[in-house]
Amino acid sequence: MNPDDRKYTREHEWALLEPAGAGTVLVGITHYAQDQLGDVVYLELPTVGATVGYLAKMGEIESVKAVSDLYSPVSGAVTEVNGRLAHEPELVNNDPFGEGWMMRVRITDPGELDGLMDAAAYGEYVGQL
Amino acid sequence: MSTDTNSDNLRTALYQTHVDLGARMVPFGGWDMPVQYRGVISEVAAVRADAGIFDVSHMGRLHIGGPNAAGLLDILLTGSASSLRAGRARYCFVCNERGGVIDDTIFYRLADDEFLLIPNAGNRAAVALWFDRQLAHHFDGRGVRITDRTMLTGLIALQGPAAAGVVDRLCEDFAPGARLPRNPGRTPVPSLLRPFAWGRGHIDGRRVFIGRTGYTGEDGFELAMGSSDIAPVWQKLYEAGATPCGLGARDVLRLEAGLPLHGHELTDTITPIEAGQDRFVRRDGGYNGADVLDHQRVYGARRRLVGLTLPGRSAPRAGYDVLADGEAVGVVSSGTYSPTLERCIAMAFVDTAHTAPGTTLTVDIRGRLAEASIVELPFYQRSG
Repeated sequence: MNPDDRKYTREHEWALLEPAGAGTVLVGITHYAQDQLGDVVYLELPTVGATVGYLAKMGEIESVKAVSDLYSPVSGAVTEVNGRLAHEPELVNNDPFGEGWMMRVRITDPGELDGLMDAAAYGEYVGQL
Repeated sequence: MSTDTNSDNLRTALYQTHVDLGARMVPFGGWDMPVQYRGVISEVAAVRADAGIFDVSHMGRLHIGGPNAAGLLDILLTGSASSLRAGRARYCFVCNERGGVIDDTIFYRLADDEFLLIPNAGNRAAVALWFDRQLAHHFDGRGVRITDRTMLTGLIALQGPAAAGVVDRLCEDFAPGARLPRNPGRTPVPSLLRPFAWGRGHIDGRRVFIGRTGYTGEDGFELAMGSSDIAPVWQKLYEAGATPCGLGARDVLRLEAGLPLHGHELTDTITPIEAGQDRFVRRDGGYNGADVLDHQRVYGARRRLVGLTLPGRSAPRAGYDVLADGEAVGVVSSGTYSPTLERCIAMAFVDTAHTAPGTTLTVDIRGRLAEASIVELPFYQRSG
């Protein structure tokens, strides 16, 4: 269920390293996270150009029931934010690993990705929750 | 994110049904309950446009019987029990001597000397204990039997504009608890019940108690039956098209309808007058806390519950500060994004000087200051 092509945090974000040379990752939250949250109605995301920190708070995600913090899986500069989420936050529920991506970050330290879980480790981690 | 369910929690007779339907289970009031099945927004929409079913078996079923039952309830409840006719129900409060709310409840008069009282899940033990203790101080402790039948029975809420049609189709041998109005020669059906009236019938051959009550702001019914009958009755309602709805949708629906939730708008240090529930408090006194409530009704309370609406989708949540000109004047008791109204709504306790409808206040949403307008409650009222 969790794609093999990306890395995962304990806070249920994913980071997908884009094709060689780009030096960017896409960031979103996992299927498990959106399922726990329920219907997403609002996201507070960083703006383009903002700096995000490794496993530091980068925004908020709000469902009908509750609000949760979002953490960046990498440090770097935000180069793009998924503008569709402002009007279609339900994309996070419907396609968390695809159309529901949140931001693109130019990474400063690729080694940070090594500190995250792969799909198998994340699947095991979620299974224990 | 929600905590895991706990093996110490109680389970309703529908627990496996919820799991089989794909519900996410959460702890609530000492029970493992479904918070949602498909999603809060679609479940809210089903109740507003069609019909939803809720397992509310976690709420209590206390039977209060005996020759002094009405007399004791008159002392313990803000609503009159002795003036309630058999066949009818009433919403009111169990107050302590300071006028604080131990619980809010609907109680049904089953017969001259028998009542069914529905406390909240988390308050069932406290209410039963309070009643036992109070009985010791009145009537020499005699003439009232208090029986907790919560674990022997189950309760389903069927709510929404299509609820009456569903229950009329499924219910056989319906008998109202009191004579129905304007029904010469017609076979009685549950939809002929007035709000806050009840009757009995059979669904799927199982004996069901049917009250025209609910907690969603829609027309609807609450159905009580034996524990072993609840799964098949639920299945019949589900096959009839009613959408399973969890506690998440229930909370949004009640908030849209401006209905208070104990623990938020009502607590043992908040009075019904402060919570704007004056119409469920009788004026002739004689109940616990009447001195305080009468005084507040005449001279006013320092704080009052108000409704707030905010544009956007970032909702005020319980505990957030409410400000006027930069000064804290109140606190949010409940808040959510309202999928029906497509804006954020909240209820808040605010210093009485700042409670006029139309007043603009500010809510501190995790450091962001958002403008909020005071509006008359309820936020949502069904048409017709």
